[in-house]
Order: sequence, then structure tokens, then C-alpha cells
Amino acid sequence: MPANAFNGFTDYGIGIGLRVPHYRHILAKKPLVDWFEIISENFMVDGGRPLEVLDAILEQYRVVQHGVAIYFGSADKFDREHLKRLKRLVKYTKTPWLSDHLCWGSVDGRYTHDLLPMPYTMAVARHTAEKIRAARDFLEVPICVENVSSYAEFHASEMSEWEFLSEVVELADCGILLDVNNIYVSSQNHGFDPYDYLNNIPHERVGQIHIAGHSKFEKYILDTHDHPVLDPVWKMYGHALKKVGNTATLLEWDDRIPTFDEVHNEALKANKFRDQQLVEAAK
Amino acid sequence: MAGVLFRPLTPNWGMQKRWADGRLMKSVASEFIKPNDRLDSFERLEIYNRQYWFRVLDCLYDDYPGLRAVVGERKFMKLATAYLSRYPSNSYTLRDLGNRLEQFLRQEPHWSAPREELALDMARFEWAQVVAFDGPSKPPISPDEILDTPPSKLQLSLQPYLSLLELNFAVDDFLIAVKKQEADVLRGEASNAKGGGPKQGMPRKRIRFPRQEKVYLAVHRHDNVLYYKRLELGEYKILTSLDRGVTVEEACIEGVTASKKENIDWSEQIRDWFNSWSSLGWFCHRS
Repeated sequence: MPANAFNGFTDYGIGIGLRVPHYRHILAKKPLVDWFEIISENFMVDGGRPLEVLDAILEQYRVVQHGVAIYFGSADKFDREHLKRLKRLVKYTKTPWLSDHLCWGSVDGRYTHDLLPMPYTMAVARHTAEKIRAARDFLEVPICVENVSSYAEFHASEMSEWEFLSEVVELADCGILLDVNNIYVSSQNHGFDPYDYLNNIPHERVGQIHIAGHSKFEKYILDTHDHPVLDPVWKMYGHALKKVGNTATLLEWDDRIPTFDEVHNEALKANKFRDQQLVEAAK
Repeated sequence: MAGVLFRPLTPNWGMQKRWADGRLMKSVASEFIKPNDRLDSFERLEIYNRQYWFRVLDCLYDDYPGLRAVVGERKFMKLATAYLSRYPSNSYTLRDLGNRLEQFLRQEPHWSAPREELALDMARFEWAQVVAFDGPSKPPISPDEILDTPPSKLQLSLQPYLSLLELNFAVDDFLIAVKKQEADVLRGEASNAKGGGPKQGMPRKRIRFPRQEKVYLAVHRHDNVLYYKRLELGEYKILTSLDRGVTVEEACIEGVTASKKENIDWSEQIRDWFNSWSSLGWFCHRS
């Protein structure tokens, strides 16, 4: 949806992930970028260079926060210090919405720094939704949860991943950050049809989309974010756009990061692709 | 599942074949992980076990080039694995991954043998740089603000991002040499593609280890750029005394008493030091 309650009623276009190797280029050249996605945890610091860079970016660009460590699915209670710092950053950046992953990653105060899949059960969905609601109430910003890529499934699961995602977002009344590449990666690893996923989620809740590249190994696919977007993912992105409409989209590139211009060109390609898809959809 | 992830990998970067209670991991994994047509439960779980260790080891590898150079690449991986096994991350950010490394090296010095002391100095120095990079700052005090307070009553606090280190080796010069060499090697690499494990160093010429000598260092930042500054013993004593909460007068007495410098104009020397520290923005109000 172009603008909805889950993305703060904004209509952002194609964004780029703000990454350290590009700081100097962006600050010096001030390239035309619709918005930057920042990793919240990288800027939840007390001072120094990261905040100086953030200030300079905020002067020129719109910023949306994306987190990697709230862990809505962890059984642990929230780390209050983490949430307080996050809230300070939310107020500072004025992010219109905030996203993090539908996953767990910490246990008994120990952190894996990974985005781990959950057993897809109603009990887990209710627990996760409760935490999303609590976080949103505390942070006072719309939240979109991102589907993660996964490499394992649990015997305990009672439903498909898209059914689980739908349950969680309905129970939490939150948005979806639809990561098209993650759906593709998981579909190849688990043997489901990615279009079943795209067709069977509450489309009106999609506040943002992610597209990225991945790496293919002999027996599985890894979500490495170290390549350009691959053809099957472009095709799925086109399908998703037809389902959810013109939605803020972020091009992710997190490893083996090329020059800013290369990432920017990929974003421009996404922009063109999106326009074409939307024209086709309107016919 | 978390218990499995935190278990160290085998020397070949695989998941251990047996669980802590002696059962086969294949059997343990199959209790909760579904197999698919290409991978069994063990192999699917192993992907996560490997990713966890590759991620945290890579992080320490990048944050501690000096310690790596002191103990050697292979030994560093063993040390890092032992450290993270005893002290898994307790923070939402990987920035804090080394926050108990000094403590660990004091508790289990054999991981850095035969250079235990040098390794400890280097770990402290490299952690101080993490703090200096993005640690908190307070508004610096301007000289005008303290002009009217006599030294016998004046207490000053130091910036939280500033670390004062008393070291037994010149680890600053050593680290500069290490980083220069790493930069030269990196410039020569065509690709940074990862192989079947975490990062591993390229063969390179060994840099001469620093000799044992007392070094006093301030690790800080200025205009958000990281610096390390050598201090004289008297300077170090004054600053650490101030940090302890004593008055400026008491700190100066402690600094002069500790110093081995003779035949100097102490009032001029102390004024110069305070001017320098003040211009670097090191002083702030006690909260």
C-alpha cells in the first residue's frame, strides 16, 4: 500500500541501506537517494563518529530505522535499556516507522546475534504478538516485522510460515516488512512455492519491502546480501508490487559491499522496474 | 537450540558429533529439527551453529588485530573460542563483544602464553579504542567556568570516552605497525570472499614484539577521530587522581610526588599540562 498506518502514512520510494564504506561518498557527493535505511543498533551509541554521520545524513535525507536485535520471538523479557536507547533514537531520527525481524535471538541474557526462526505455533504467535504490541506502545512508532530467511524447520510447527506471519501481525495489529528475497531463500530451502507465500498474507499490512541478493550452495541457499538482486527475486518483487501496490522498497547490500555507485545503480534499476510493474498492473 | 549454537565447532568448522550428555548430535537434532530432501536434521542445525561462530569470531578478528598479532592467528582463534564459550555475548550489539576479554585473559592466561602480559596490555588497549570511538561524552568545562574555584576545592571529572592506561609494553607503536601491515596486505587482495570458515590471516612478515617498558597512554577522541597520546608518569598520576575524585591540588601533589623529573618549574609544567588537556576537552563537571 502506498501509505498506510504501518508506514506512518508515508509514500517513500526506493531506499538504500546506509553502510560504513559509503559514508564518505554520500557526505561528499550528496547523491540523490529517496531515503536511507539505518541499522538502529549501529547508532544506539552514546557519542562519537556514528552520531556525527547520522546528524549529517539527517540534514540531507529521510531515514527509516531497521533493527536487528529486538528479538520479538525470544522468550526473554525485553532488555529495557535496549528499548530506552531505541526510543531515544526513534525520537531523534523521527523515523516514520520502525522495523525488526520476526525471529528470536537471545536466551537468558545471552545473544546469538542471529535471526533465528521460531516454531510456528499459536502459542508462539501469541507470545510474539504481545511483545510487538508492548514494544510499539513503549516506542510510540508504527512497527513492521520482517520475515526472515531460514535454513531449518521445527517438528513443533503447526502451520506454514506465511500463516504464522499472518497470525502474528493480525494479533499484534502491526505491519509487515515483506522481504521478498527471504521468501525466495526459505522457499528453496524448505521446498514451498514462494507465490503461495506472497498470495496468502494480509497485503494491506505491508508497509515496506526488502529486496536483496543471495548465495547458492550445493544443498541450500544462504541469505548473504552480497550480490545484486537475482532474476527470481525480481520476478517475485513484481508480483508482490501487484498485490500490495506501490510500497517503500529497500535494496539491501550488506556484505562484499561494492562502490556506492554500484549499489545506487541497482536501486535505480529497482525504481525503473517498480514503475514498469505498476504501469502493467494498472492496465 | 541456543545451547547447540553456543557450542564450539570442531577444528574443521563443523558441528560437534556428540551432545554434552554423550548422545549423538544426529539423534538430538532430529528430535526438534525436520530433515528435508537434501539435508538431515544435523546438517540443517549445523548451518546455524557455523553461522553463529563465524559471525562472532569474525567480529573479534576485526576488533583485535593487535591481540591477534601478539598471540598469532591460529592461537587467536582458539583464544577467541575459549573466551566466547566462557563469556557469550551479553549485549544486543556486537560492539560489546570484547567487554570481558581483559577479565578472561586474567582468569585464563594460558590462552595467551608465552606472552600473557603483552596480550593483556594489548587487549586493554584495543578495548579502550572501542570506548573512545563511540563512548559517551559530557559537555567539556571551559577554563572560565572554573576560574574562581581554588585548586584546593576544585574537583574535575574526565570524559567517559577517555581511558588512561598504565602498560608494561609499547603496544601503541606495535599496533600502528600491525595495522600498517594489514592495510598493505588488504590492498593486495583482489577479493574478500569468505571460504569455509571465519576470516584467516594472510602469511606475513612477523613484526618485532615490543620490549618491556612502562608506558602511560591516554586513549581518546578529538573531533570524533580516535587518538592515543603518550603521557608522562606525572601526567598520568594527576589524571588518574582527578578521575578518582580528589581535588586538583591533591592530584597535582600526587603527580609531582610520583614524577621522577627533576629541576623543572612545576607550576609551569602543570599549567602546560592542564592547558593541553583542557584544549582536548578532557575535563567535565562531576555529575
